[in-house]
Amino acid sequence: MKAAPFTLHKPGTLEEAVALLAEYGEDGGLVIAGGQSLTPMMALRVAYPPHLVDINAIEKLSQLTVGDGFLSIGATVRHAQFHRHFVEAGTLGRLLSSVVHHIAHYPIRQRGTFCGSLAHADPSSEWCLVAATLGAELRLTSTSGDRLVQINDFLDGAMSTTREPSEILTEARLPLLAENTRFGFYEFNRRAGDFALGMALVAYDLEGGKIRNARIGVGGIEEKARRLAAVEAALEGKTPDSEAFAAAAAATVADVDAMEDPTTSAQYRRDLSGVVVRRALEIAQTATRF
Amino acid sequence: MDNHPLELTINGKTYKTAVEHRKTLADTIRENCDLTGTHVGCEHGVCGACTVIVDGKTVRSCLMFAHQAEGCKIRTVESLARGDELHPLQEAFIENHAIQCGFCTPGFLMLIIGAYENDPDITEENLIEVLSSNLCRCTGYQNIIKAVRSASGGLLAIGSDADA
Repeated sequence: MKAAPFTLHKPGTLEEAVALLAEYGEDGGLVIAGGQSLTPMMALRVAYPPHLVDINAIEKLSQLTVGDGFLSIGATVRHAQFHRHFVEAGTLGRLLSSVVHHIAHYPIRQRGTFCGSLAHADPSSEWCLVAATLGAELRLTSTSGDRLVQINDFLDGAMSTTREPSEILTEARLPLLAENTRFGFYEFNRRAGDFALGMALVAYDLEGGKIRNARIGVGGIEEKARRLAAVEAALEGKTPDSEAFAAAAAATVADVDAMEDPTTSAQYRRDLSGVVVRRALEIAQTATRF
Repeated sequence: MDNHPLELTINGKTYKTAVEHRKTLADTIRENCDLTGTHVGCEHGVCGACTVIVDGKTVRSCLMFAHQAEGCKIRTVESLARGDELHPLQEAFIENHAIQCGFCTPGFLMLIIGAYENDPDITEENLIEVLSSNLCRCTGYQNIIKAVRSASGGLLAIGSDADA
């Protein structure tokens, strides 16, 4: 239960950090921010990076700001920063503060980071689901400069992304939500704080009593969080009622390619996917203010 | 496998030592600083026995490497009592039988104090959520909740040796 030997680097600037990663990334060197997934993996010797580049001292990566139509989340912004509703982010701020309580436990949330969750790409990551459903744009930084990547091009499967070994995920941008956007999040697991067996995030605009611009995503079901276009199409223009939700659940079950593991069969997860979508829709419908 | 010089500030006191980069904060607090109140249970962030407060944040000290905590203000369970006088939360744990084997107790104390300092008006619902972070195999949690309720008035009034 002790990590294998490695060398820790603590750069004070982003320039130093990307230079270090350019030197050590190809040989397995990794970025550490919150370290709440990486450190246990190192303790269990599932991961044994020879070099760690600790980015916590880089001041400009800690920024959480609202830009023109988006929320900018820097690489060292902690989960716990969303415990309280981030008012400047409006409806999106409420959504994030309703999701954050499902992430691990309180002390983990004090150190773990939003961007770290995306870079780790666990299929059960709540933030991966939020990013995939709302359409996050990510900034990857290396000695060659920045490149912007859409979340769907970034997530590449379970614990896998298209990040190059020399790149740092320095920022995630989430589009702000309209004032009339309704949202609902539902997660199912065996104990609070555990990895999700299945979860869904739904967001839609309610116009004249009808669902418009539906964004429906599931996580923990497939190898990566994904928006379900077929389900969104099934809901478009419908009145948000039990009939529409049942149809959405059926469309979800038909659409997903569920994972299997020793304790949970694919059939179970497929069934669960419909349940979590239906419950998230019910939450979005009934909650007036989060 | 080289040891690197390290200076840690724990409970207001400076500790100079040298450890490998891979050594956790939990192990360093216990083995190099001789502060054995911080317990090490699962060593991968699940049990919470190693909970300490780093720069005002309640964290798992097994999920930080000691060198990452250099320059930070660290507080451990040893900061709570003043000599023979226990902290109100420690008294409340005894009063309410919130301790049986005691292995998890230092982690619970630091968890609760950190949470209250961050949010003095913490709701009942959020308190239960915070307490679910740490594992206690003896008490069934009910007596821990009772202890926190009975001590909550005095939790912040006295505090711990935060920045002594």
